[in-house]
Formats: sequence, C-alpha cells, structure tokens
Amino acid sequence: MAGELVFDDVTVRYGRPGRPTVTAVDRVSFTVRPGEVVGLVGESGCGKSTLAKLACGLVPAAGGRVSFDGTPVTPHGLRRRAPRLLRLQMVFQNPYASLNPRRRVAAQLEDARAIHPGTAAPVAELLAGVGLDPALGTRYPHQFSGGQRQRIAIARAMATGPDLLIGDEPIASLDASLQAQVATLMRDVALASDTSLLFISHDLSVVRLIADRVVVMQAGRVVEEGPTEQVWTAPQATYTQRLLAAIPHADGLGVIPDVAPA
Amino acid sequence: MSALDGIRISGLTLDLRGQRILDGVDLVAPAGQVTGLAGESGSGKTVTGMTVLGLPPAGSVVTGSIEYGGTDLLTLSARQHNALRGDQLAMVFQDPTASLHPMISVGGQLTDHIRHHLHLNRAQARARALEVLEQVRVPEPAQALRKYPHEFSGGQLQRIAIGIAIACRPSVLVADEPTTALDVTVQAGVMRLLRDLCDDLGLAVLLITHDLAVMSAMADTIVVMRHGRVVEHGPRYDVIRSPQHPYTRDLVEALPEHRPGPTRTGGQS
Repeated sequence: MAGELVFDDVTVRYGRPGRPTVTAVDRVSFTVRPGEVVGLVGESGCGKSTLAKLACGLVPAAGGRVSFDGTPVTPHGLRRRAPRLLRLQMVFQNPYASLNPRRRVAAQLEDARAIHPGTAAPVAELLAGVGLDPALGTRYPHQFSGGQRQRIAIARAMATGPDLLIGDEPIASLDASLQAQVATLMRDVALASDTSLLFISHDLSVVRLIADRVVVMQAGRVVEEGPTEQVWTAPQATYTQRLLAAIPHADGLGVIPDVAPA
Repeated sequence: MSALDGIRISGLTLDLRGQRILDGVDLVAPAGQVTGLAGESGSGKTVTGMTVLGLPPAGSVVTGSIEYGGTDLLTLSARQHNALRGDQLAMVFQDPTASLHPMISVGGQLTDHIRHHLHLNRAQARARALEVLEQVRVPEPAQALRKYPHEFSGGQLQRIAIGIAIACRPSVLVADEPTTALDVTVQAGVMRLLRDLCDDLGLAVLLITHDLAVMSAMADTIVVMRHGRVVEHGPRYDVIRSPQHPYTRDLVEALPEHRPGPTRTGGQS
C-alpha cells in the first residue's frame, strides 16, 4: 500500500516586499502513513494550508525535505510532474472555484481518469460513490448545490486513483448540517480505495469525527501530535487545551467558553 | 417605551417567484434576550432576519406582521424603514471582510451612519465612535479609527462590525452567523461580547446560526425553522435536551459531539 507523505524538518518562508519575511512553517516534521487519516488542525495563520501547498509543490521549502512514497516533492516548474507525484491529489475549500464551470461534470471526471488510466472506477461509479446520481454527470457545476459540488470535487480527485488525498478546509464553505456528512464521506471514499487522507481544518469537532491521528499546529510549529481520542481526552500542550476549551457545547446550559486572549 | 418589548413576528409569509419561502413564521424576540433562529440553509432563517430589517429579497410578496414599538414594520414605507435601519434595527453579518468597505477607514465607516441618524457633527460622531470601539473591546481605539479593514484580524473586524451595528443604540440586533467565519478561540470572545451587549443594553438579539453549540452557549430561547416554518420554539435547555420535533431531534443527533463529551482537563488559562 502506498501513500506515505513525509514532512522532514520543513520550513517555509514568505518574503514580502518592504516588510520582514514571515516564517509560515517552522521546522515541521510529521508523517502521513499509508491508509491513515490524519487531521491537521490549528487557527488561521498557523501554517496548515502552507503545508498542504508544500505537499503539492505549490510553494518551495526554505529548508527540510518533503517526500511522497520516497519521491522528493519539488516545486512545480514548467515541466511535467514526476508521475509518482500525480498520485497525490488535493480537494480545495471552494469547489465552485476548483471545478471548470464550462465543462460537464462527467467530462471533468473523465479528464481526471486519464491521468492514471485503468486505476479508478468508471465515472458513473465515482459519482455513485460520493452519493450522486450518475445521470447528473451531464450537468454543469453551477447546476449543483455547494455540498454536491464538493462531492464532485472529491469524486474528481478520486478519479485519478490517488494514493493520498489532501483536503484543505474542504468543508469550510459548506452548510454545517453538511459538514460532518461530507467529511465522513471523504474518509469513507478514501479508505474504500486504500488512499491515505490528510484532512486540514480549523473545525476540531469534525476532525475528531474522522481522523485516526491529529496534528495540532500553532504559529508554524507542531505543538501536539497523537491518536485523536488521546489528544481529545488528554491534551498535553497548553495550546491544545485552550483550543478544546474554546469549543462551545450543545448541552443547553448556556455556557460561553471562557478563553483568555492569547 | 414599547420598543423595549423587542419584536413580535406573526404569521409571516414570503413568496418569491411563485415559491413560498416563509410559510407562516411566528416568533417573539424579547428585549434583553438572545433569541436563536436555527435550521439548515434554505430553511428561511436568513430571509426572516432580512425581512425584519425591511430588506426582503427583491420581488418578494410579504404578508403577516412584524410588530416593533407598537407599529407593524411591514406597513412602513421604504423611507420610514430606512430611518429605522441602522438606527433602531441593526445587523451583523457572517463575514466582516465582506461587510466592511475595504477602502474606507474604520473611523469613516463607523461615523457615517452615526452622523446621518443621530445628526451629530464630525467631532461628536468621532467621540461616539471611540466610545463604541471601547465597548466592543477593540484595542487602541483611537489608532483603530484611522486604520483600514485589511489591517485587522477577522475577530477584530467582527468586533468593529458589531460596533457599527450598536453605534446608534439600536433596540433590535439581527446577527446572522456572526461567529461562523471565526476560529474557536476568537469565536468564544465574540460570543461573550454579543451576550454582554444584549444583557447590558437590553438589546433584542435575533441570533441566526446553524451551529447548535453556539446556539446553546448564547441563546435564551431557540426557534427551529424548516422549509419556512417554525417547527419548534422553546427555552434553550428544553429544545436541546429534549427536542419535541423529529427534525430538531435529527439536528441534535447529527452533532459531532453527540457522543461522550470531551473531558474537561485542568490547566486551562
């Protein structure tokens, strides 16, 4: 089984003209093992999306190494990517921006299937796998609701027969009643085809629902890492404790979490 | 003053292009209380809020009544409604980066409607703006007035947006998903702020959110909507702990935390 993503002591800096550089990711090391669902959580600006971009070669590392199944991940250039790296696929936050508005859904899935012919199920099966009627494949993205579009984006990522799926806030733009549903779907779809999943979200309660392991980031560093239930029930880092304490509970008691400013 | 009674919505219906969006909504949002409006997207909760503000979708037909301060808001002319909106009826939206103008300074956005509604001069409006920024706990209010929205974090921007909403001392505040775009720790602060403003100023807060946990933390009573109808309406504890309607039960059971809750550990600052 393939799909191992290794971050080894990576650092990413963003240079801004006229202003000091920002270290978005600061010597981070962790591994997504084959067939594993890892949740990456943290607040905005902690560097979690930068890590996702790094894994896809969308930003260069200032230090350290990223490798996918042993192949070093290098920044995108003008040349074709190493075929190995195409087995790592991304699902973005806004499906309406990531789907082609002028192509029918089935055609977009066929495009994705052409990347690795023969590895993924037929389009009809892919659509059924994400809970959509295969007959809807003749429609365009704008004819779907937000939740359906994200399902299509997931199906498209799966159509390449990936070994690793990365979701960068894939549920943040969805309705709350759909968030847990789509997240669970993503886990199920990934596990059904032996694909590992790196699920990035600021929503801790959803991550808890689907992840085997959780990595908590704060200000570019990993502050805690461990099995989901362990992190949840016995958080070690003060930051994780603060994060968990800030989550309101639907217990009907009217308690607003008391969080001291950072 | 009857404005202190908050708002009472009775038999509110709204039709848009032959489709019934609201189908007889009845609810009361009393002063000094947070009334939560829950439901999935498309249930009509946002449309209800916007109709209270006199901003129903273009081309819609509205019937029923929205009583506020002894008058039915639905009978007001656009001009009369304009006078109330921003003054006595205020609104906070989900995304402050979208609801604030990127190219007008915070001071400009905060004083514009103050001067219009309260007929104050520049200096008086500025003084009121400073007062408001202190009230919503924005650090260094005097400097903040000169800054632009992009210079603030999401949480600070939402505080500023709340400040703009309460600047004219409204009696009704419609807050549509005010904490949804925020991180959890920031969300906790904004929830606390809204709750305090409600208690201190005697605001009737209509809190629209799909997040039952946020609802449970802030609301006094919860109204659950579905397909443009109110399916359940009651005190917070009853609605969440012993939901009567099957739909509410589904919503509560769909919560990720509808399992043994996380243990509260010590060491929280």
